Amino acid sequence: MTLMWIPLLPLLGALVPILASGLGRTALAWATAVLPALALVLTLSLIPQLEGSSSIQAQLEWLPALGLNISFRFDGLALLFSILILGIGLLVILYARYYLSAQDSMARLYAYLMLFMTAMLGIVLSGNLLQLWMFWELTSISSFLLIGYWWHKSEARRGARMALTVTGAGGLALLGGILLLGKITGSYELDVILASGDLIRAHAWYPVTLVLVLLGVFTKSAQFPFHFWLPHAMAAPTPVSAYLHSATMVKAGLFLMARLYPALSGTELWFALVSLTGLTTMLVGAYFALFKHDLKGLLAYSTVSHLGLITLLFGLGTKLGAVAAVFHIINHATFKASLFMAAGIIDHECGTRDMRRINGMWKYMPYTAALAMVAALAMAGVPLMNGFLSKEMFFAETLQQDFLGSLSWIIPVLATLAGIFSVAYSTRFIHDVFFNGEPINLPRTPHEPPRYMKVPVEILVALCLLVGIFPSLVVGPLLALASSAVLGGELPEYSLAIWHGINTPLIMSLVAMCGGLLVYFNRRNIYAFQKQFPEFNANEAFERVVRRLIASATWLLERLDNGSLQRYLVLMLLLWALLVGQSMLDLVNLAGDRPQLPLDGVAIAMALLLCIGAIATVIYNRNRVVALLMLSVVGLVVSLVFARFSAPDLALTQLVVEVVTLILLMLALFFLPQRTPRESRPSHILRDLSLSIVIGGLMGSISYAMMTRSFNPISDFFLQNSKTGGGGDNVVNVILVDFRGFDTLGEITVLGIAALGIYNLLAGLRLFMPSGDADGRGWARDRHPLVLATISQSVLPLALLVSVFIFLRGHNMPGGGFIAGLVTAVALILQYMAQGVDWMKARVRVIYPRLIGCGILLSTLTGAASWLFGRPFLTSWFGHFELPLIGEFELASAMTFDLGVYMTVVGSTLLILANLGQMTTSERPVTKEQD
Amino acid sequence: MEALYAVCVGVLTAAGVFLLLRGRTFPVVVGLTLLSYGVNLFLFATGRLNNSAAAVLGAGSDHADPLPQALVLTAIVIGFAMTAFVVILAMRARGDLGNDHVDGRVPELVLDSEERN
Repeated sequence: MTLMWIPLLPLLGALVPILASGLGRTALAWATAVLPALALVLTLSLIPQLEGSSSIQAQLEWLPALGLNISFRFDGLALLFSILILGIGLLVILYARYYLSAQDSMARLYAYLMLFMTAMLGIVLSGNLLQLWMFWELTSISSFLLIGYWWHKSEARRGARMALTVTGAGGLALLGGILLLGKITGSYELDVILASGDLIRAHAWYPVTLVLVLLGVFTKSAQFPFHFWLPHAMAAPTPVSAYLHSATMVKAGLFLMARLYPALSGTELWFALVSLTGLTTMLVGAYFALFKHDLKGLLAYSTVSHLGLITLLFGLGTKLGAVAAVFHIINHATFKASLFMAAGIIDHECGTRDMRRINGMWKYMPYTAALAMVAALAMAGVPLMNGFLSKEMFFAETLQQDFLGSLSWIIPVLATLAGIFSVAYSTRFIHDVFFNGEPINLPRTPHEPPRYMKVPVEILVALCLLVGIFPSLVVGPLLALASSAVLGGELPEYSLAIWHGINTPLIMSLVAMCGGLLVYFNRRNIYAFQKQFPEFNANEAFERVVRRLIASATWLLERLDNGSLQRYLVLMLLLWALLVGQSMLDLVNLAGDRPQLPLDGVAIAMALLLCIGAIATVIYNRNRVVALLMLSVVGLVVSLVFARFSAPDLALTQLVVEVVTLILLMLALFFLPQRTPRESRPSHILRDLSLSIVIGGLMGSISYAMMTRSFNPISDFFLQNSKTGGGGDNVVNVILVDFRGFDTLGEITVLGIAALGIYNLLAGLRLFMPSGDADGRGWARDRHPLVLATISQSVLPLALLVSVFIFLRGHNMPGGGFIAGLVTAVALILQYMAQGVDWMKARVRVIYPRLIGCGILLSTLTGAASWLFGRPFLTSWFGHFELPLIGEFELASAMTFDLGVYMTVVGSTLLILANLGQMTTSERPVTKEQD
Repeated sequence: MEALYAVCVGVLTAAGVFLLLRGRTFPVVVGLTLLSYGVNLFLFATGRLNNSAAAVLGAGSDHADPLPQALVLTAIVIGFAMTAFVVILAMRARGDLGNDHVDGRVPELVLDSEERN
């Protein structure tokens, strides 16, 4: 569990600078450093445990069914990177304290840095690839924040966006690769994947997987042709560059390559992709570094070149190559971080980073100059420096490979060429900045920086020298631990010594050094040559690509999403028709072998009425009142259809709902236009007509095919258990209130919600109310006709009695809560219509929302009551009783449940209609008498 | 009989879909209602057609399938709630947006032709 605290501490540390921003600047820096320092101590304390086993694991189950666990894994490689991340991170915190000016928010930078540190630690410590990927994306996001720290500068914003786009896109490719790896091996756990290297390499998906993973690696580690984002990321504050673009983020790609080395390496494809990319990157980076006048630009291209070198080493696929790669990761991190910090000091003191103006710094800041020169020598690979050792190993490895057959000599030659350029730009860094005459036109006079700003540089430069002089003592054990983790436990023979005798690598180094000096002192000729090429601006090219992408996305969006709901519906229905039509094509015969019912006259007449009603609704749809009347004809016939085919419950329900719907739509029509304008284009009418005929045809065919085939219904269960289990003869009602009672409870809840939603929609709504119909005829002046009022009043008790009767008999005969509720509602609505809302309000003092609530509560409590008897929710109970005079009768818990249904239905229906009706009556305009 | 029933379902669906594709809210509501009639009839038919089967226990030996009936019964009630909600939404949209087009704004093309008339 100690392991989990290593990434967790910096995460908590991200809060520290925000909370402590009131403290002084120095105190803030110290407070921020506490938690990462603690994490570093924890990391170091885990080393003894690594002696016995190859890795330490810590796991928390998260979604085990999906193979997602929170899983941390600590081995030599993770140890090395954790030390780099935390150690250099601490130095950067100290350095940034003196780098930032008083206007810059230190707390913000520190919070971002801590977040980034967490993400990096998450990558190197993850034991699960999906988890690793999440942290990987987190580094992209936090580095976006860091590069864009000076968000008022447009180059910072652009650089940040470019870095995020390139690394983020690579991250998506990596996710694809990880998912494929998971499919191939059946697990996302690193241990499993590392152990199944042979399985992965033999798999048909190996090439795709490798390319996807490498896309992620190359974008992150700025490999050619994705290297362009790194120089633009130099818009970041220098502490950020020192941290992200030398020691950590760009190394995340290399880390992943090292991490998956046992699983993916060792094939021709690996060699071709990795080593050739690395070789190209190394040469391109080293060449362009020479022409950069910006101090940080030179370092950025040098970083690209060194990253290429390490990639090439991994690509060679030899064991010693992997060791050399790990070694160079350490060395590059130390000398490049110190060089960036030195460049930051010079920038800070001179006010510019242009090397054409910064000259002769040796006189102004000799101490810093000495430190920077040592680091630059390490970068060039001069003996007694750490860079020399790993470069020697690199040269030796390029001689060992034979991938290019008889042309294999090209690789060491090109490596030496890159070495020459590397020496040349290092020499330029030293000579241009610290010697070469006097500074030109500097904004301020440079002098030595504050004491503590140099401390991080001193520490790193000291490490360069110590590693360079006593390699096996200082870095030997760490290198061995990390390399054996990369190689899966087997470590090759190697010796970390300064002197190996006079051999080919040494001669290559000497050639590189002499050649580099020669190139530097003839630089004018090379500059003149390079000037003939038009300058390629990666930023503009990138912006062009992004703009084109946005333009094409907009184009596509405008075609798909033009804001027309009609078009969306057409597309969806078209898709439905295609899918259903296709499966109907597979059906050989439309008619099945089930015996069909004979036709009779009544049925034909009903069908004719139904079809005429439906078609008339369509034809007269622009005259809305007529369409509504036609619609109600259809509704009534549907109710008759239910009655005809042995479904009295449905017939009753449909009949009452039809009445309620008609009243509702009539009321709504009062507020809507009476006519629909003729606005559809003829082509659209034709399109809609054909589509609806196709869909209607499909629905009819499906119905016919279904009805003429026999089936094995599950209803027998309900028929058998209805009487014994639910105590009712009306199986439909027993299903509603008992077997599927929970569904019904959900349904009345939905009904209540819809009614309350309508209540809210109507609240505060002000609508235009016409004073007459579409033809200009005024409304009837007799608001409440006497005949209707009288009849409705006398009908009311009868109607209520009917609804009670329907409710009570519902369990055994057609009826039930739904139908009874609707009947009651219709009876009351008739009163509303006949007497007016105000008249009813004075007499019926029921608050409908409360009635809905009570109904749902009653049904729920009925269901919950069964818990008292230790039964599951909604278990029903019934019994038969004898009463003198009345005789035998039945009591069932389903009745109270049905009462809840009844109350909800009454409440909902009346809430909707009474509210809507009230709007029409309160301020209805009255037509004047026409004389 | 089954063929006749299927034709009715088809006609109801076709009429409903056509009205559903109109540009103004009220025809859409009417279309939705027609479509739900068609769907209810279709669902009901999954229990197959019975001329004179018993609706309750004890009234005969041949029973109508109660399950589709229970489903359709709830579908009718919920269908009413949905129709009510949609039509009130249409009213609200007209009140807030000033027109009764389904997109909330009348397409320019239509405005042109209305002015011309």
